[in-house]
Amino acid sequence: MESILVLTHADETGSALTKASLEAVTAGQELAGRLSAPLAIGIVSSGPINLSKGLPSARLLAVSGEAFAQPRYATDAAACEALCRAAAATIVLAPASSRFARVAAGVAHRLNGLIDTHITAIGGTDTVEVTRWFYRQRVEAVLTRDARPWFLLLDAGTHAAYAGVPAAAPVEEIKVELPAQRTTVTGIRAPRQDEQTIRPDAKLLFVAGAGWTKKQPDGQIHVSEAAGLILGFLRAANASLGSSKSLVDQGGEGNSVLPFLTHLNQIGQTGATPRHPKGLATCCHGEEPHVVGWRFIAERRAISLDPNCGWTRGKADVVYVADAFPVVAKVNELLAKGN
Amino acid sequence: MANALHIVVCAGISPDPLQTLEPITTPNGPGLKNELVLPAVLDPWAASALYEAAALAPKNPGSKLWLVSLGPKAKLQQVMMTVAQKVPFELVPIDGPIGGFPDAHSTAAALADTIASLPGLDRAKLLLFGGWESATRGAGITLQIVGERLGITDQFYGVDQIDLHDDGSFEVLERIEGGRHQVSVCAGTPAVLGWATGNLAEPRNNPQVGMANMRTIMPALQKAKPATLAANSLRYVSVSLPKQQRTTRVVKDLTPDQIAAELVEWIGAE
Repeated sequence: MESILVLTHADETGSALTKASLEAVTAGQELAGRLSAPLAIGIVSSGPINLSKGLPSARLLAVSGEAFAQPRYATDAAACEALCRAAAATIVLAPASSRFARVAAGVAHRLNGLIDTHITAIGGTDTVEVTRWFYRQRVEAVLTRDARPWFLLLDAGTHAAYAGVPAAAPVEEIKVELPAQRTTVTGIRAPRQDEQTIRPDAKLLFVAGAGWTKKQPDGQIHVSEAAGLILGFLRAANASLGSSKSLVDQGGEGNSVLPFLTHLNQIGQTGATPRHPKGLATCCHGEEPHVVGWRFIAERRAISLDPNCGWTRGKADVVYVADAFPVVAKVNELLAKGN
Repeated sequence: MANALHIVVCAGISPDPLQTLEPITTPNGPGLKNELVLPAVLDPWAASALYEAAALAPKNPGSKLWLVSLGPKAKLQQVMMTVAQKVPFELVPIDGPIGGFPDAHSTAAALADTIASLPGLDRAKLLLFGGWESATRGAGITLQIVGERLGITDQFYGVDQIDLHDDGSFEVLERIEGGRHQVSVCAGTPAVLGWATGNLAEPRNNPQVGMANMRTIMPALQKAKPATLAANSLRYVSVSLPKQQRTTRVVKDLTPDQIAAELVEWIGAE
């Protein structure tokens, strides 16, 4: 008989579980219900007591202590290992957060288990079957394993965050044998608030392609104007910024670039495949922005000068054949009036 | 004072990103149509790791750089013809299957066994590099398991920067949610670093480096040990291309103002 453990962790404030953790709780509850399996929830946090209050009826396990206030391989792996040994679950679900993605495979190895990551769906009838993508979102596969314990790292946004009726189960404190700590987390490096262009919770992904830095009808390059339009749009629409690889790479080749773009903005083969309800691609061409990077964008529109761009056909819902400069300028003006 | 490093880069090979991929069923499980003749490249994030390692080694005299790669010998040879011209390294090939469908746990075991038996490797000086995810399987677990098998408990993923200090410690920037980096300081080697893009551009081809590398690469390829990767109970129920094809509305006859109005309405709609 299967038994389910959901691993969760606190957010950076330490006062709540992350949204991705609550999504994993939902997935765990659904799977436990379908398999009629017992459910346990493990919490990694410096002070987990208050975090357990919103959770559903389940066996609650927690590790606590200052060592778990910050994400770090050695301490997080020890914590997750202790929780997994205490729960003795056959299937372990966890969110694919940077914190758990760093340690989950190591923990699975310590428990003689196996792991599959980037899970987007859990199904099956008699067995547990999971869906994930290969070749950077180009090929989709459904797979299963008989071996246990089986760790499954769930991609964010694939389940609703748990918001059901909280139960008042007692929390079992699990002791952890900490290894020597050779790594100290010294902080977070982030762009200033007004310069932050990556917003995972934004409803809209704005993708900028290399066309923004190409010569315009007057024969000149208008990089600073492009930068102003893009930043203006991001502010007005509260959108997140993605970029094609070719645009980001221009910085490394000494060309004029949009100053706020980094490799972190890159989507596609060597970038991210973010999840947003809507996406607007501008001045993009190629498979990366329209297929790979957009795999998990629900509604897609594009502005392109090329009416025959094969990459947008069948991939975008609407393609506007137009120059993005005047269109985005007008959009910004309208959004500013609306706000 | 510089500290000698023993840097091992694990890097697979993947189809050139511009290729169209079509999954097929083979006697050994799923695979890609014409997989062995598709143009291949060194896995992109692992390539970043190689270039960062090659930049790090000369700054620390006495350092050594190995590139451990698992794949069919003929395919490795093809990819090395290009990669060898970029930076100097010693290739340690493992003759095994290609692609994203073989089990990552078996791949990790083969890599760990090979690294553990590298002649001259001082594991106290080891920096184990690789891509934080591959462009094939994209699981992000191989390097972690290799690290665990080698007993390394300081591991970092989504790395974009490493700064070595004189006392042997180093600062690492790892990607975390929201376009930010977590900054950590590690007391020193050994450590595992799964690289994201890093900060370095792809080095230009240097034929002299290529010739020097190829003198050791060809004999190494001839002696490559074969690896059979166990399935570890992994069973594929289905493997397919995404079928969703959208009906694209191509709008050619609207002015910028009209397009903007339509977009604003769309952005605001729930």
